[in-house]
Amino acid sequence: MLTVRGISRSFGDHRVLDEVSFDVRPGRMTGFLGANGSGKTTTMRIVLGVLAAHGGSVSWNDVEITPQNRPHFGYMPEERGLYPKMKVREQITWLGRLHGVERTVAQRNTDQLLDDLELTGRANDRLEQLSLGNQQRVQIAAALVHDPDVLILDEPFSGLDPIAVETVLDVLRKRAASGVPVLFSSHQLAIVERLCDDVVIISKGRIAAGGSREELRTRHATARYEIVVAEDAGWVRDVPGVTIIDLDGPRAVFEAEPQQVLAEAVKRGEVRSFTPVVPTLDEIFKEVI
Amino acid sequence: MARASFSQATWLVAEREMKTFLTSKGFWVGFLATIAGLFALTVLPTVFGGDDPKVAAVGSAVQVVQGKQLDVREVADVQAAADLVRSDDVEAAIVPDGSGVKVLALNDPPNDVIRQLVASPPVELLDPSAVTSDQRFITVFVFGMLFLMFGMGGAAIAQSTVTEKQTRIVEILVSTVPVRALLAGKILGHTILTLGQVLVLALTAPIALRVAGQAELLAVVVPALGWFVPFLMLGFVLISSMWAVAGALVSRQEDLGSTMGLVMLAVMGPYFGVQFFFENPAVLAVLSFVPFTAGVAMPVRMFAQQAEPWEALLSLSILAATVVVILLVASRLYTGSLLQTGARVKLSRAWAPAE
Repeated sequence: MLTVRGISRSFGDHRVLDEVSFDVRPGRMTGFLGANGSGKTTTMRIVLGVLAAHGGSVSWNDVEITPQNRPHFGYMPEERGLYPKMKVREQITWLGRLHGVERTVAQRNTDQLLDDLELTGRANDRLEQLSLGNQQRVQIAAALVHDPDVLILDEPFSGLDPIAVETVLDVLRKRAASGVPVLFSSHQLAIVERLCDDVVIISKGRIAAGGSREELRTRHATARYEIVVAEDAGWVRDVPGVTIIDLDGPRAVFEAEPQQVLAEAVKRGEVRSFTPVVPTLDEIFKEVI
Repeated sequence: MARASFSQATWLVAEREMKTFLTSKGFWVGFLATIAGLFALTVLPTVFGGDDPKVAAVGSAVQVVQGKQLDVREVADVQAAADLVRSDDVEAAIVPDGSGVKVLALNDPPNDVIRQLVASPPVELLDPSAVTSDQRFITVFVFGMLFLMFGMGGAAIAQSTVTEKQTRIVEILVSTVPVRALLAGKILGHTILTLGQVLVLALTAPIALRVAGQAELLAVVVPALGWFVPFLMLGFVLISSMWAVAGALVSRQEDLGSTMGLVMLAVMGPYFGVQFFFENPAVLAVLSFVPFTAGVAMPVRMFAQQAEPWEALLSLSILAATVVVILLVASRLYTGSLLQTGARVKLSRAWAPAE
């Protein structure tokens, strides 16, 4: 497990991170959400040891990470970067070896990844000859070639078409399923909502919310319900203690003690649906930042 | 899985640099042009300057020109000789003039012909120099050019560093291996490349000299080459580390020009310094101990037999010590500026301890 505890960082007088703490648990995809400039990239760079923190610690399996004692990170920087003139297969293999993987293993991993990412046909092309979407897939391969202990991905899905998103997702899910903690940032909340197990929301350098997706939803759940009946639902507004949020023909969204409304509805006729309204990540995000 | 050791990482970086270079067309074009230039420099003078001057000779003048290095054509009278000169068939005509001879030529006195006809007084050198000033000039020129060529070639290190910053792959590299391994790998890779080129040139130069029939010059150049190679290699490492810093300070190829000036000066300095002062032993002696100019100046002095081996060794030690200091400074500047993008990084900022 990757544990971030109380890390802070300033650039000049500007405090970019303030006592940031969260966990990235093994086998789980952790979504790291935040507006632009909220400190996501800085946090990731500190975790990777590329940037020094001005306080706090980052631990791997309860041991503080030092330059001599770092887990193998798979890193995908936000500003993509690979050698434009180097051939795809050669480049991925080289990066694997730079991480300490033996040549033959690096080659085998490269071929497997290129296959998974549907890039085998482009293996001997120079990176610059590939479309941006394909370059992005190569970037994923570069982050995975050395079978990393932890994955840190900055906006891994930006710039990918929906099919590519699925391909990349499959590859990442497989890694997570094998027990690798995956931390990825994104501002595409719909994607995060769909695939992350845990969520960390950062705002202005502070952690605004964190936990499993379900926990977060429960915590931010309101006493809000939706009812759909057969006839007009206008009567709901007359039930004592009810605040109507939305009323539209047979459908009503309200805040109240639910059983009373349900009992009233059953008395009046057919109830087609009655559900608590679960906040979307989007709503939670807007609420906490 | 083990992490790549410092030396493994350094070697992987060096290997990539070399491979990138060896598979680029520009490298081979430049290198083959250099070899062609070397041949041209040594062979062409013999081709163009090799023939004896053509002259016409009349009557008693024929005896005078016999045995000289002249291509003589005998003609019947002065008139016929003058016609040959006018029609440019011969460079000059030697005709009887009273008891001696006179030379007819078109517009300029034909010095090469006259030189053959004058009796030079015998010369006795009290302190003979093993090396003529012509030979010294050639050596200065060749050493200077090579130093300039390889020194400027080091700019590839700056370019490769900027490429890494510009494409941001530097973030992946820095999160994978120590920054020092990146720097060391680049310098190592390019030093090996340079050494390889120097070796090829050192092997082809004797062939070129032999083809040109200058085998005796070969005997003089070879020992000097022995001194030149270590000086060139250390000088190259010195300049490479400066190129690396020049590259690390900027984020885009377009901005590279702004930081390359100082390094260019360090490369051009030795070249021009020695070109200007090679006839002045005192200045040359000083230059041969200054690390940046020693690379050319000391081998030239050794070649001209103006310096003792201990002087060369001393100068080499000074150079080596400077290399160590510059490498340490460069490594800190490189580390301090590599991850800073945007505007050109100020040296003071790059030097500042990591926050």
